[in-house]
Amino acid sequence: MLSIFIADDETPARERLKELLGDLAAELPTQVVGEAQTGLEAVERLPQSGAQVLLLDVEMPGMRGLEVARHLGGLERAPAVVFVTAHDRHAVEAFELNALDYLMKPVRAERLAAALRKASAGGPPAGERLAQAAARAREYLSVVERRRIVLVPVRDIVYLRAEMKYVTLRTRAAEHLIEEPLVALEREFAEVFVRVHRSCLVARAAVRGFERAAGGEDEAHWNVVLDGVPERLPVSRRQWAEVRALVKEG
Amino acid sequence: MSIKQNFTGDALPDFRNLGVVARILLGTNALAFAAVLATAPGWAAAMERFMLLAAALEPGLAVALAALYAVSPSLARLPYWQGGAAVVGIALAVGAVVHSAIAPAGEFLPGLARTLVLTALAALLNLAYLRLLARAYSPALAEARLQALQSRIRPHFLFNSLNAVLSLIRRDPRRAERALEDLADLFRVLMQDNRSFVPLADELALLERYAALEALRLGERLVIEWDRDSAPLDALMPPMVLQPLLENAVYHGVEPGAGQGRVRVRIERRGGRVHVRVENPYIEEHAHRAGNRMALENIRERLQLFFDAEAAIQMHIADGRYIVDMEMPYRTAQA
Repeated sequence: MLSIFIADDETPARERLKELLGDLAAELPTQVVGEAQTGLEAVERLPQSGAQVLLLDVEMPGMRGLEVARHLGGLERAPAVVFVTAHDRHAVEAFELNALDYLMKPVRAERLAAALRKASAGGPPAGERLAQAAARAREYLSVVERRRIVLVPVRDIVYLRAEMKYVTLRTRAAEHLIEEPLVALEREFAEVFVRVHRSCLVARAAVRGFERAAGGEDEAHWNVVLDGVPERLPVSRRQWAEVRALVKEG
Repeated sequence: MSIKQNFTGDALPDFRNLGVVARILLGTNALAFAAVLATAPGWAAAMERFMLLAAALEPGLAVALAALYAVSPSLARLPYWQGGAAVVGIALAVGAVVHSAIAPAGEFLPGLARTLVLTALAALLNLAYLRLLARAYSPALAEARLQALQSRIRPHFLFNSLNAVLSLIRRDPRRAERALEDLADLFRVLMQDNRSFVPLADELALLERYAALEALRLGERLVIEWDRDSAPLDALMPPMVLQPLLENAVYHGVEPGAGQGRVRVRIERRGGRVHVRVENPYIEEHAHRAGNRMALENIRERLQLFFDAEAAIQMHIADGRYIVDMEMPYRTAQA
């Protein structure tokens, strides 16, 4: 029996999918193990539900479908995802959903069955495909802790620092480790973060000023002073001009 | 009452337009030919005189058209009558130069007056002809624009509504029937010829059908507060100007929000004006959701086609609310 999670903000739309799943039960036995009305709810509840397939509305309040799928992709047993949208073909192309499994509303039973079979055989969508399809940057970064996904709002992040195979994500309140390449983060969030050093991105809005660091063993250099955290991070010679301009502008 | 009554005013022809140039060339030559035909004793004589006349006429026309081509953009900025006077002035100047170049000695002065009168007449007739032509075509242009601007419901709304109706068919067939009737009414208006004014009462009925459909799929998330007790039900307005405002409010202010969204619709008459205000929660994260400006621009253009400068639509954001204000003259079928 295939376990299914339904995420859609419209109650009638969820009801309709459940009806269709009921109609299909004879040829394709399924069980609805969870529902969500917003993207955030889906990220919060799906891991506990153990769902194998997620039927995911593309445009939901709180967090859009594509971002939901990206966060869930970090789970050890990530669900297969079938996107559902009421938008027309043109919009589907704009969302670049073509490369992913999707259904258009109103959904037909046969199409739903085919999509469920295909998705459950194919497994979770590839991260790169989702990243490509997401036209804009995520609003959260996620950390998977056992069977729970912790979401960190991007606007709360003060800096991101690469260490060995992880990236440390620092907010005013806490630190997390995430497994995403710093280069990809820099590209996705170019508007939010600026590179101060080969291994470090800081939030543009958090830059308060600079301190001259004593020479010591290294050459003398500048450290960036950030809002809300005591750490001082070194600014490399290469990035100095660009980083300094931020404070001048402000 | 239809938009055909709104004519936006005369404008000089574009002298860089090939059609305009061709019409002036043909028209002037036709005038010249008619003139010689009327005065000559026979066909052969007429042809001979026309050839003679053409020798003077064609260079003059060519120079005048070249001059108009050069100054056309500057002329276009002048008020119509000044521009027309400038065109006649250019024609007269060219006529005088051509006349002095080819007039036989001793006949210069008496011939000049005749040449100038004929030139001025030809220029005025050309201008009058082109103005009539522009007037004849202008309403067609306005209508074509209006057709293109016809309000369109987002496909997203149609498909979500159909989906909601499908979900009702088994559980609540009666509600499903009503919803399909609402949808039919909405699309009937959407697909009809929307070039004439309709009374506010009709627009309000349509708005209620639309609101019922949105309530069906959004449930408790959508709360619409109506303030329409003093709405002038007989006021005439362009069809489908209210519905896009409400659709916008729902699409940008309620759908993207996780909780309940309050939309307020107020319609009232103040003296000779009808005021409409639609408010919805302003959701910043979705402010860039596409299509908002377009919908407002579309309404603005349609208001302009129907009311010219007498109607206005404006938006602003205050206290976390996105507010659209629309006003138009209060007109009724009797007036």
